[in-house]
Amino acid sequence: MATFFGEVLSVYSRAVEEDDDDDLTQNEEDEEIRREIEEKRSVCVQWMSQTDKRSVSCSHLIIAVGLNATGFTSAYVLSCGGWSAVGRVSLWNERSHSSSRTDAAPAPGQPACVLYQQEHNPSVMMCVCTCYVAEDQLFQWAEEVLGCVQKRALTVTVLSDCVLAEYKASDYLSGNSTPFLRALKTATYTGAVACPLLEQPNIITGLSAAVLSHCQVHQIPAVVYQCYSDVTHPDSVTMETYKAALTGVSAAVKMNLCPTSDILQKFTRASDVQSNLYT
Amino acid sequence: MFISTGSGDPSFKGFTLVMPAVSVGNVGQLAVDLLISTLNMPKVGYLHTDCLIPMAGNNPYATCAEDASQLSTNAEVYSHSDLKLAVLQIRTPIIQTKVRSFRKLLVSWIKSCGFVKTVLLSSSHAYQRDDRQLLGTSLRYLLTPPLQKLEVQRVEELGWREMERISLFPDIPDSEQRLYIPGGGVTKALYTDCCTEDISMAVVLIFCSEGDNIADAFMLINHLNEWLHLLEKPTQGSVKWRVPPSWRLLFGSGIPPLLF
Repeated sequence: MATFFGEVLSVYSRAVEEDDDDDLTQNEEDEEIRREIEEKRSVCVQWMSQTDKRSVSCSHLIIAVGLNATGFTSAYVLSCGGWSAVGRVSLWNERSHSSSRTDAAPAPGQPACVLYQQEHNPSVMMCVCTCYVAEDQLFQWAEEVLGCVQKRALTVTVLSDCVLAEYKASDYLSGNSTPFLRALKTATYTGAVACPLLEQPNIITGLSAAVLSHCQVHQIPAVVYQCYSDVTHPDSVTMETYKAALTGVSAAVKMNLCPTSDILQKFTRASDVQSNLYT
Repeated sequence: MFISTGSGDPSFKGFTLVMPAVSVGNVGQLAVDLLISTLNMPKVGYLHTDCLIPMAGNNPYATCAEDASQLSTNAEVYSHSDLKLAVLQIRTPIIQTKVRSFRKLLVSWIKSCGFVKTVLLSSSHAYQRDDRQLLGTSLRYLLTPPLQKLEVQRVEELGWREMERISLFPDIPDSEQRLYIPGGGVTKALYTDCCTEDISMAVVLIFCSEGDNIADAFMLINHLNEWLHLLEKPTQGSVKWRVPPSWRLLFGSGIPPLLF
């Protein structure tokens, strides 16, 4: 397809190819293989202690998705202490092998999806997701995570990352206006929103969209803060942008407003330049 | 699973359902956008399913700043009680492994709602047309047997053309004829399902290519309007459809001013 400006783009068709195999009757073996794959790809929440955590009631759930958002929660919130890991979401797909359903917890630094609980106020929970969740697992992820806690006036806050190239605006955005936050909220969310709402025709996809859709149809108050950044690797300036997003829950969540550079470095180290022409 | 926005389930008794197939150029979805936007239809529920890729955004049909912050999801149902019209909008592709269960969900939902008829707006690759299809109009229709009895005369009066069946082996006389809708997504399978389930369904489709498909969407919706008379056609010119604000910036953001 050629665009208005003449460049040729290879577009994939949203219409799934007509699959004639689909019309053929499937045999039992196919059916079994399909069932096994589906089972392997299922998402489930595993609690670390033996006690049944289903009785845990939750009033605030903060979900961080993407390297900047998870870096922010780790450096600014979890580093304050007072949080303990209570469970994890186990899933398997072509890009997340390590978090398959084994009893062993993933090694530190490995991509994973961990649930934390605040020690002095157990109704505040946080989910830090650094692993890849495939498109077909997003719906189930939202169902499992939001279904695993008892909702007691629950409010969900989602922090997520997005690249600036995805953001559409009629005015050209210069580099010095980034990073910035945009929010989306469900109909039942009545709290204050810390930044402008996401303008049409922009949309969100992925895990944050799955969680927000789940909350919208089940009438759970929820808000998504999406940070648009033009830096490809996690960086401290982008992480700092999320500080505004957590002001709404500042009563429940204590933040370390100025983490030391040692802490920050741990979450931005990945962006070290390996080698280029000049170094 | 259909989830109502209100307290009780809305009644769709005697309603006509219009829905898109996610197909080439997203023409069906664009046409449905025009319909919802122009008739200012209120949202009555969601089709909450794991078969579609999740997506969320603000109100795509916002008319003022107040209603701009209403959240919209990947599949929503809108209704117009005076016209007895329900519209399902699907905004994301179907997950490839779940096409079958999505069709099953749609068929059972259509059945349970008791729609008088269902219209599937779709499209098909223009480059795969055969010689017969290259001539004349690019619009085609298909009717399931229960609807054929009622409507075939009407659509023939309108001069509509039925989608041609293609020979399995061209140039061999008496070879098997079959329906072929390349790029139509679930169109063919859903049509076949509705035939076996005795559901009154019409497929209205257009041959097009991927690109700027706004013109195709206008053509398709005007074509549908000739049949269903959803909006009165003025004596001069064509129906004034309202383009929703979500169609802005189709070719990306603004251009850096320093370029000039």
